[in-house]
Amino acid sequence: MRKIHVQNITDAVKDAVMNANFELNEDILKALRDAKEKEVSALGRDILMKFIENAAIAKKEKIPLCQDTGLVVMFVEMGQDVMLVGGDFYTALEEGVRQGYREGFLRKSVCHPFTRKNTGDNTPVIIHLDVVPGNDLKIWVMPKGGGSENMSRLFMLSPSAGWDGVKERIVQAIVDAGPNPCPPTILGVGIGGNFEQCAILSKRALLRPLGTSNPDPEIDSMEQELLEAVNKIGVGPQGLGGSTTSLAAHILMMPCHIASLPVALNIQCHSSRHVRIDF
Amino acid sequence: MKEIPVDGQGTVNPAMPGSDYKFQVEKGMEKTVYHLKTPLSQDDVEPLRAGDMVTISGKIYTARDTAHKRLVSLLDKNQNIPIPLKGQVFYYAGPSPAAPGKVIGAVGPTTSYRMDPYAPRLLELGLKGMIGKGKRSKEVVDAMVKYKGIYMAAIGGAGALLARSVKGVRIVAYEDLGPEAIRELVVEKFPAIIINDTVGNDLYADSQNRSS
Repeated sequence: MRKIHVQNITDAVKDAVMNANFELNEDILKALRDAKEKEVSALGRDILMKFIENAAIAKKEKIPLCQDTGLVVMFVEMGQDVMLVGGDFYTALEEGVRQGYREGFLRKSVCHPFTRKNTGDNTPVIIHLDVVPGNDLKIWVMPKGGGSENMSRLFMLSPSAGWDGVKERIVQAIVDAGPNPCPPTILGVGIGGNFEQCAILSKRALLRPLGTSNPDPEIDSMEQELLEAVNKIGVGPQGLGGSTTSLAAHILMMPCHIASLPVALNIQCHSSRHVRIDF
Repeated sequence: MKEIPVDGQGTVNPAMPGSDYKFQVEKGMEKTVYHLKTPLSQDDVEPLRAGDMVTISGKIYTARDTAHKRLVSLLDKNQNIPIPLKGQVFYYAGPSPAAPGKVIGAVGPTTSYRMDPYAPRLLELGLKGMIGKGKRSKEVVDAMVKYKGIYMAAIGGAGALLARSVKGVRIVAYEDLGPEAIRELVVEKFPAIIINDTVGNDLYADSQNRSS
């Protein structure tokens, strides 16, 4: 058994939400720089340059990359030999968010669905917990903006639709979304599982660093095919035309019910923010 | 790059100093940048066309979903609203809080379609400009033609960069809404691009058709 005090978790989450919002990860910056070289539209290239400039200002001045500092999603992998001490785990995670959003001057973007009354501290947090072998604790902290989340879609397709049907739905969703989710986007695609599992897969797929290949060569080629199809639409940076509609398409796939073909598309804006905490 | 300053009378006004922002365009292609000064008149907005680059200086008002809902519900009851409308520009934005020593936090646009149900009513009552990101409904595009208003996009996800154009901020209504309160921003050469003009053009539709 390895003991981890929950106070350490709160402290790490507090730093993580601030860092995620002030600093774009190098893989995203590289993808933006590479896209700027390849983009066919002059205005598109200028917009991509503005994103790189925006990231530099945010990092230097400790001002959020985007005013939408997100609803916080966490993927937690907890080793089964970890023993948490000093308090409640979920409370510790939320306390980290509460402190980070206050001390980092991040926007509190969470409210009651109908009264729209703000909760005031950016909680609650969406937590996905997996128990794994070993004594490590890994927490991915992912503040996710509302604009790209609103354009995300879930389809319960008929098995006859096949990969072509999946591709068609996703491409159509990107056409429909147009400029709304702040392109260039990153596409997280979950295929299989069931109604809720494919949605979780689609979000988890966004955590894979850009520029890395899918470990499954067959799925890797599906990702390439999808990205190519999406970038042919012409939405471009900010929907003002061009060849960079998405920076990457990441797919996670698992078996599903014999009657179903569940597909979820989680769209991530170019301000893709996540930080991994390792204990 | 040709620059045309515009003020509330539709007449030439010296360009505002202090901003180094310029949209880069194709080599050899001349692109006009209109420098708008709020409040805007019909003469100011009518020459503008989808695709034109603009900068905005003066006072603009942030308003999002709930602020719009409250404004329109007051108008429905024939009551006064807490901000001026005639000739004004609304910015669909909810800034992050200002850190000590800063004017404002990040302040990029939010997605505009959510304000579509309210926009025609406000245009009818004199609102001249809207800044946001993303597509507008047919009803809003038609209302812009009918009442002579324009819709502009700011760069979404460039909130840290756009904050540099904001020189002053104060909450003018609905403080209880936190980030969704109505704020009066004093902006200087705030950069935007015209998406919908007063004759029904739509830059998003045009851009995508050209690129696909």
